[in-house]
Parts: sequence; structure tokens; C-alpha cells
Amino acid sequence: MARQVLLIEDEPNIIEAISFILSRDGWDVKSHSNGHDAMDVVRAQRPDVVILDVMLPGRNGFDILADIRADPELGQVPVLMLTARGQVKDREMAERAGASHYMIKPFSNAEVLDVVRSLVRT
Amino acid sequence: MTGKRQDQIPGEGSRAVFFERRTYRRRRIIDATRLLPVLGVVLFLIPLLWQGEGGARTTDVMIYIFGIWALLAGLSGLVSRDLGRDRPGVDNENGTDADLFDLPDGEGE
Amino acid sequence: MTTPNLLVLVCILYVTFLFTIAFAADRAARKGRGTWLRSPLIYTLSLSIYCTAWTFYGAVGYAARSGMEFVTIYLGPTLVMIGWWWTLRKMVRIGRSQRITSIADMISSRYGKSNTLAVFVTLIAVVGTTPYIALQLQSVTLSFAAFSKVDPTLTSVVRLQSIGLYVAIGLAVFTILFGTRNVDANERHHGVVMAIALEAVVKLFALLAVGVFVVWGLGGGIGDTLATIDASKIAEWEVPGSRWAGLTMLSAMAFICLPRIFQVMVVENEDEGHLRTATWAFPVYLMLMSLFVIPIAAVGLERLPSDANPDLFVLTLPLMAGEDALAILSFLGGFSSATSMVIVAAIALSTMVSNHIVMPIWLRMKGGTAVVAGDVRDVALLARRLSIAGVVMLGYFYFRLSGAGTALAAIGLVSFAGLSQFLPALMGGLFWRGATRLGALAGLTVGFVLWLYCLFLPSFGPGVLMPVSVIEDGLLGLSWLRPQALFGAQGMDKVVHAVMWSMLLNTAAFITVSLLTFPKPIERLQGAQFVNVFDHSGHPGSWTGGLAQSEDLLIMTQRIMGAAEAQALFSGMAHKQGLTGYLPEPSTEFLGVLERELSGSVGAATAHAMISQIVGRATVSVEDLLAVADEAAQIMEYSSRLEAKSAEQARTARQLREANDKLTKLSVQKDSFLSQVSHELRTPMTSIRAFSEILRDAGGLNLREQQKYSSIIYDESRRLTRLLDDLLDLSVLESGQITLNMQLGLVADMLDRAVAATGADGFRIERDVASEQIVLNTDVDRLSQVFINLIANAHKYCDADQPVLRIDVRSADDTLEIDFADNGTGIQMADQAVIFEKFARIGESTAAGAGLGLAICREIMARLGGDISYVPGQSGAAFRVTLPQEMCMAAQ
Repeated sequence: MARQVLLIEDEPNIIEAISFILSRDGWDVKSHSNGHDAMDVVRAQRPDVVILDVMLPGRNGFDILADIRADPELGQVPVLMLTARGQVKDREMAERAGASHYMIKPFSNAEVLDVVRSLVRT
Repeated sequence: MTGKRQDQIPGEGSRAVFFERRTYRRRRIIDATRLLPVLGVVLFLIPLLWQGEGGARTTDVMIYIFGIWALLAGLSGLVSRDLGRDRPGVDNENGTDADLFDLPDGEGE
Repeated sequence: MTTPNLLVLVCILYVTFLFTIAFAADRAARKGRGTWLRSPLIYTLSLSIYCTAWTFYGAVGYAARSGMEFVTIYLGPTLVMIGWWWTLRKMVRIGRSQRITSIADMISSRYGKSNTLAVFVTLIAVVGTTPYIALQLQSVTLSFAAFSKVDPTLTSVVRLQSIGLYVAIGLAVFTILFGTRNVDANERHHGVVMAIALEAVVKLFALLAVGVFVVWGLGGGIGDTLATIDASKIAEWEVPGSRWAGLTMLSAMAFICLPRIFQVMVVENEDEGHLRTATWAFPVYLMLMSLFVIPIAAVGLERLPSDANPDLFVLTLPLMAGEDALAILSFLGGFSSATSMVIVAAIALSTMVSNHIVMPIWLRMKGGTAVVAGDVRDVALLARRLSIAGVVMLGYFYFRLSGAGTALAAIGLVSFAGLSQFLPALMGGLFWRGATRLGALAGLTVGFVLWLYCLFLPSFGPGVLMPVSVIEDGLLGLSWLRPQALFGAQGMDKVVHAVMWSMLLNTAAFITVSLLTFPKPIERLQGAQFVNVFDHSGHPGSWTGGLAQSEDLLIMTQRIMGAAEAQALFSGMAHKQGLTGYLPEPSTEFLGVLERELSGSVGAATAHAMISQIVGRATVSVEDLLAVADEAAQIMEYSSRLEAKSAEQARTARQLREANDKLTKLSVQKDSFLSQVSHELRTPMTSIRAFSEILRDAGGLNLREQQKYSSIIYDESRRLTRLLDDLLDLSVLESGQITLNMQLGLVADMLDRAVAATGADGFRIERDVASEQIVLNTDVDRLSQVFINLIANAHKYCDADQPVLRIDVRSADDTLEIDFADNGTGIQMADQAVIFEKFARIGESTAAGAGLGLAICREIMARLGGDISYVPGQSGAAFRVTLPQEMCMAAQ
């Protein structure tokens, strides 16, 4: 059974790009586009990896990450954070919130693929 | 300032000739408070008039003194209760107040 | 049968009980509980230390000797109490506002913190009070003896006197434990006050119980008891007028001046309002204490053998009747009266002795420097404790030396007369600004000497302390100097005679010298503060240094203490607060320390006044300073300079703070702007990069996919371009470097253009073209841009099923208004405030656009001299564009 990736991102074009890249590598990609009920989706899907944007409508990615880490059943799931703001303090916040990896947009496709693979292996 | 106030001509400047009823009431209660000991002195001295042949006996004086005592305590209680009910905690009037020439507001600066 | 051992046991139990009560009250107060401890009732009860053993036992004895005369001792305080508005109110207010610790402190503080005066008052207080303490010890001893007469196992005088010693030691320990918990003598002693209040209840209850027993148990009811009185030797009403009036006056004066009364009434006062209750409740207490005195005396005279001591009737009547329980209660009442007096008197006197005699001597011995704050504290506490022990032991030795004789019995009135000598200086200080220190000293000296000569020394009997020749023939044989017939005033009662002359000449000397001498500035300052206390701030409190300028304080302190010492003090305090440099925060603690330090140099009252000048709490008003003339004029000038300077500094500081706030806000705005720009640029670039990599690297894409991904790249690049255009546009608009291209244009044409530009399909736009026929002289392109933005926004965000945009053009007063209102849900109240800000994208709309549109509209409208605003309360989102009317011309 294919490994599952949950992509939480509000830009439809970026969803499309990442879905394309990962599904060609054999991943099962599900996406969700707002922050409100992101936690519900994570709980329901139990993905192997979460890719999480920071600036989401409804709720920001740091808060969602904190909730994931606080949830005893989800706590260990690897989370890749994506941000378009690219400030130093964002990186710090992501690390503090417990992101497994952190990438600044725009990213290279190969890099995303490598990171997702490595997150599942470890 | 009290000193300044006394130099002024009555009715001039910031002095009000009439003030509200409540303030007037309070002034009269303070007057009563001031006069009460004077009344007490007079009443306590009266037995001295009864001395001499065929005058009062100790028991008469005793009953009189204790009666006056209770009366004074009662009056004092009444007056001080009124004083407390009216504007509690504010009592800045000095001994020299002439009632018509005071500032309507008795409070200091 | 009550054995003395049982009596001792009762005493010990009772004292243990008092300790417990005092301890509990102290604890409760410390924990902030027990507001009832501060009730007016407790205050009133604590005043009852006026009624000592002299009242409890002595009043009956007095009545048995002189009938109704005894009551004068209680009428005086009654009159003072109901006349509280005249004097007590002022004393209490001053006591609180000046933080007075004793009567000596009050007098010396009024006269410029003169220590000479304080020492003098303290000495008079000790001389006048010590015999009184001895009297209390004697009464306890005598009451033991009364029991021992019934029970012959306890007869040894030595044992009796050792009882006096044990009592003295116990009282000293109690007083030290509960009376010196804090170095601040102005703080309340809750434990002590509580114990005193309890003892007040015990003694009243005991005396009433004995009275009820005597009237109804022994006397056979009210009628019979009155008959007994009429039949006794005190039946006649024959009190001399001079004694009746004179003793009433004396007790009234003494009530104001007694150090122990001053202690509970002024120093321990918690709330001025308590006086209002005490004004009637205390007279009631005194009345109840006196109520049964004559009946007990009359019944005692009738029932007991003629050689029985009438001073002990209260005890011996129940004993004779075999009512042991009542006798023990009565004994406890007397014991309470005696102990409470000794405790409070010891606290009051020890405060005076340590503050005005021991501490000044110690400070002088240590020299001016090297005084560590903690050190002083310990010394002050030790001094107070030693003083308490000293005062109580002095009383005990006096008791031993005077040999429990009759001399003690007379000491009550003698002591009253001595302490009353404070009155002229005290009252003069309260009501007369012209009273001076030298006047007070002169009055006190004259009064004290006359009291010694006319009353105190002769009171021990002819030939004991004063030669018989002096008493009979006058000093140096001058007959007009006879101590009991001064200036030929013969045939007067001895006490009244002494009181009359001493008070008269005391007052005369006080007034005369005050008129002749000139007060020092500090005296006048204090005088103004005392006499006009009600004009000043009504609520004394601790320092709050909110407005204080540490630098100004340092400048002042340097002037007083010298630069090196002042700087050491300030940097020490700053260091303690965890700061570096010379300027500590003006905290309450620091100001307190500073005031204490300064008072060492300039006196406490001055230090207080000077700090209050700088801290900004106007305890000294400008008028007061004016009145104080010469030196004070300089102080005032100096202080107003300081004031102006601190006001200026405060202003500058405020400006700096505002500028800093503005900069901080701008910096935050800049950060957030950059972060927003970064986000808006990176998002399309992400798509572009991702899809171009896919197109380049991923093989096997079909044509449809290739086309789709290419068009995404194309759309996103356009989005990027648009964003950059908007940003540049906005920056040009914001910088004001825009050049407006003014030309004539018809509103209807511009709206047509805008509608066409947005290419809105499936979107109905309602217009009233007739009203749009207005020609404007404006930058047509820019205004159209605003219209385009508004129509595009409505198109993008209107969420109605059948979206409709209504455009209304209206001429109002001197403006032209164009409303764009759609039928969607509109914008929430909270968001309305931010929609015109850059990058403000509200809600969770994912529609394209960086959120710069409305910001640009606002800038454009500002350049065009108009405005754009959101109109709340419409059926949907509604924007109103406002243009000044002068741009308009009627359509041709």
C-alpha cells in the first residue's frame, strides 16, 4: 500500500505541482486547503507525512503543528513546513514548534521529493 | 487656605452666601457637636445650686447626674450618627467657620 | 474557701488567656484577616484604660470618704469625649498625618522637632506616671491581701511584695512581646489593643456584677439601697463647688494629656471615624463604671467593720457574704484594670524614653557617620525593650520604697495635675500658630516646678520630702511662698490650689514667652501644618514615588548630607534595586530610607517636608511657605525651580517616548510589509518554478498536461507582474511623486470604461445613467482605476447567488458621492478598520490579488483631494467615493 502524504496548502497551483511530483514517485497525496479543520483532516487521514504551509486561511501552520505535536496519537508524524515569508524568525518558530523539516518557497521539486522520502525512512 | 479666607470681605469672590440644603444641614449638626460639651458643663454644674440647708441629698444628685450622663451620651450618639451618615470621611471645617461665609464645599485642597 | 493558691492559679490562667488572645489578634492582623480588630468598638474599649485600679477599687473608697465627688473624675473625660470635635479630632488627624509616636513626639514635632522639649516632656511623663504604675502594683498586692485576711495561710508581707514583683515581671514580658514587634512605634499593636479591650470588658462586667449583687443581693433592691445611702454618712450633698468644678476640669485636662490615653487614642488609632463611635460609647462606659459606686460604698460602710479599708469594698463585700466566685471575678476585674494600665503606660513611656533619650544619646556616641540602617533598627528595638523593663521596674521600686502607704492613694490626682501641665503647650500648638518652642519650654518649666512645689513634694506629708518649715512658713521664710497657700491664697483645697496656680502660670509663661520670641522657620512650618491640618491632604499614607525625580532628590540630598555620602547612599540603594549608576527608582522603600537618613541631619519633619516637595505630594502648600517668610522663601524658590525643571524633564521624556513608540511601530510595520511582499512574490514564483521543472524534467507528459502547466506558468507570471506594478504604483503614490494628468471627463464615461475593463460576466450592474451626467476636472485615468478596483472587488468577493452591484451618483452639499454597493454579506465590523491597509486580505478568500487594491484606491483618492470609505450598515459591501464639488461642472 502506498505511503500517504497530506498536503495542507491554500494555493491551488502549488497543490497541483506537489501532488504531481509526489504521486509520480508512488505516493498517495491528499490535500486540504484551509487551516480551520486541518486538524480534523489530519486525525482522520493519519498520513505518513504532513506537508504544512504556514500562511493558511483560518489558522496558521504553527498553531496546527503545535496541535499535532500535542496530540499523543499524532505526535510522532513527520511534518515538513513550507513558508513563503522566508524570515529568520519563521525558521526559529518552526523549529521550536517541532517541525521535522522546513523549506522556503520556491523550492526545487527534487528537494521536496528527497525530504519527503527521508522523513519517512527515519 | 483659612488665612486667606479670613482676609476677604464677606460675599466677595468665591464665597457663596447660600449653599445646598445638605451642606447647611451638616453645618448645623457640627454646631450641635460643638455645643454639646458646653451644655454638659452647664448641666453638670447645676447641682452646686442645691447645696445648703434643706438642699438636695446625695441620692438626688446621683439620680440627676446619671440621668444627665445618659442624656448627653444619647445626644452625642444621635449627632455623631447624623454626622457619619452625611458625607462620611469629609470633615474639614475649622473651628472658626462663620457659617455664611464658607465655601460651599468644605473640602480642603 | 478560696485559697491564695487558687487565686494564683486563676491569675496564671487569665494571663495565659490574655497572651493567647493577643497572639491570635497579632497573627490575624498580620495575615490581613480580622477587620473586626479595627472596629470602633475595640477602639472605644481600649480607651477604657482610663479606668485603672484606681477606678476599680479606688472609686468606691473615694465615694465612701467624699460621696459624689468621685464622679468628677469621670465627668471630665465625658465632656472631652462629647466635645471631640474641638480637640480630639484635630489631635487624631495630626497624629496620623505627622506619624506621631507619643505625646512627647507630638509636642516636640509641633515646635520644630525640638529634642530638648521632647526630653522635658518625657521626664515629666515618667515622673508623673511612675507613681501611678506603683499604685497599680499596690492594688494587686492589696487585693491578694484581702483574700489572705480571710485565709490566714498567706500573711507574710515579703510574699505579698514578691507578688508585686512577679506581676511586674509578667507585665514587662507581655509588653515587650506584644508592644515591640515592630520598630515603627507608629504602627498598631493589635495584640496589645485586643488584650486591653478584653480586659475592659472584664473589669466592667466584674464591677457591674458586684454592683448588682450589692444592690439586689445585699441591699434588698433599689428602694432599700437608696434608703441605705440616705442613712449613711455620705448622705449629704456637700461637695465644695471649687472641688466639684476644679476636679472635673482637672480630669478633663488629664484625659487629653495622659500618655497612655494618648497612646490608645492617637497613636493606635486606625480610623478617625472611630472617634464618632467613641464619642457616645465611651461616656456610656464611664457611666456604667460609676453607676454602682455609691451603692457599694454605702452598703460597705453599713455592713463592714469601721476599720475596713473602703478601697477594697468591691472585694471584701462579696468575700464577707461568702460569694467566692464573685470575689474572684471582682479580683480579676481589678487585676485587669491594673495590668492594662501598666501595659499601655509602659509602651507609651518606653517609646518616649527610647526615641527621645536613648536613641539620641546612642547616635551622638556613634558619631554622625557609619550608621547602617539595620543597625539602627536593632538598637531602637533594644532600647524600647529595655525602656519597657526600666519603666515597669521603676514603678515596682517606687512601690517598694513608698512602702504601700497612704501616699500612694493620693497619687491619682497628683499625677493628673502633673501631666496636665502639657495642656497649654499642646493646645496652643494645635490652635495658635504664634506658639513657639521657647514659649512651650517656659510654660512647661513653670508648670512643672509649681506642681512639684505645691503638690507633689508636699503630698508625701510634712517633713518627708519637704521640710515642715517650708510648708508652714514658705520657702526662705517668705509667707507668700507657702506651697499650699501661694501668693496668699489661703483656705483653698490643696489640689485645686496647686492646679489653679500651676496651670495659670504655666499658660501665662507660655503665652508671654511665645509673644516675645521669634520661631525658627521649621517651627513655623510645623505650626502651619498642625494648626491648619484640615486644609491639607486628609489621608496620610506612605510615599508613592510615581512622580519623584531621583535626580532632583540626589541634588537635594547632596546639599544636605554632602556629595560623597549622598552619592554613596543613592548608589547603594540603586544597587540594592538591581540597578547600576547613582539613581535608584523612587520606590516607597527608598524614599522612606532617604527620609530617615535626612532626618538625621535636618530633623524628621523637615526631611518629610523636603521630600514631599520633590515627590510632588503637597503636604506643604505654597501658602504655608509664603507664611513662613525669610528662609522659607528660599526653600520655595528652590522648590519651584525644581518643579519647573522636573516638569520640563517630564515633557522631554514624554516626547522622546512618543518618538520611540512611533519608530518602533514603523519598524514593525516595515517588517510586516517586507514579509508580506516576500510572501506575495514567492507564492507565484513557487508555482512557476515547480511547473517549469516538471516541464523540463518529467518525461511522458501529454499535450493537455503540457498546455495546462504552461498556462499556469503564464498566469502566475502575470500575477507577479501585476503585483510588481501595484507595488510600484503604491510606492509612487505614497511618496507623493505622482503627477496628475488633469482633464475633463464625464462620470458616466469613466464608469463605462471601468465596467468594460473588469469584463464582468454573470454579474449585474445597476446604474442610473441620468445622474451620471456630471463632468469632472480630474485625473480621469486614476479615477477610472479606482472604479475598476471597486467593481473588480465586488465581482471577486460578492458571495450572493445572483450578484448585483448598484452604482449611485449623488451630489450632496459641496461633495460628489459615488456609492458602489453589492448584495453580498458585506465586510465584518472588525475587518472594516483594516481593509484599506496594504495586504489586508480578509476572511479566507483565496481569490487572487495581493490586497493592495484598496490601499491604492485610498492613495489615489487622497491625491485627488477626495476620499474613499466603507459604508457600514448596507445590505452588502458598500464603498463610497467622495470628490470635492469644485471639480464638478454641470453637464453641457
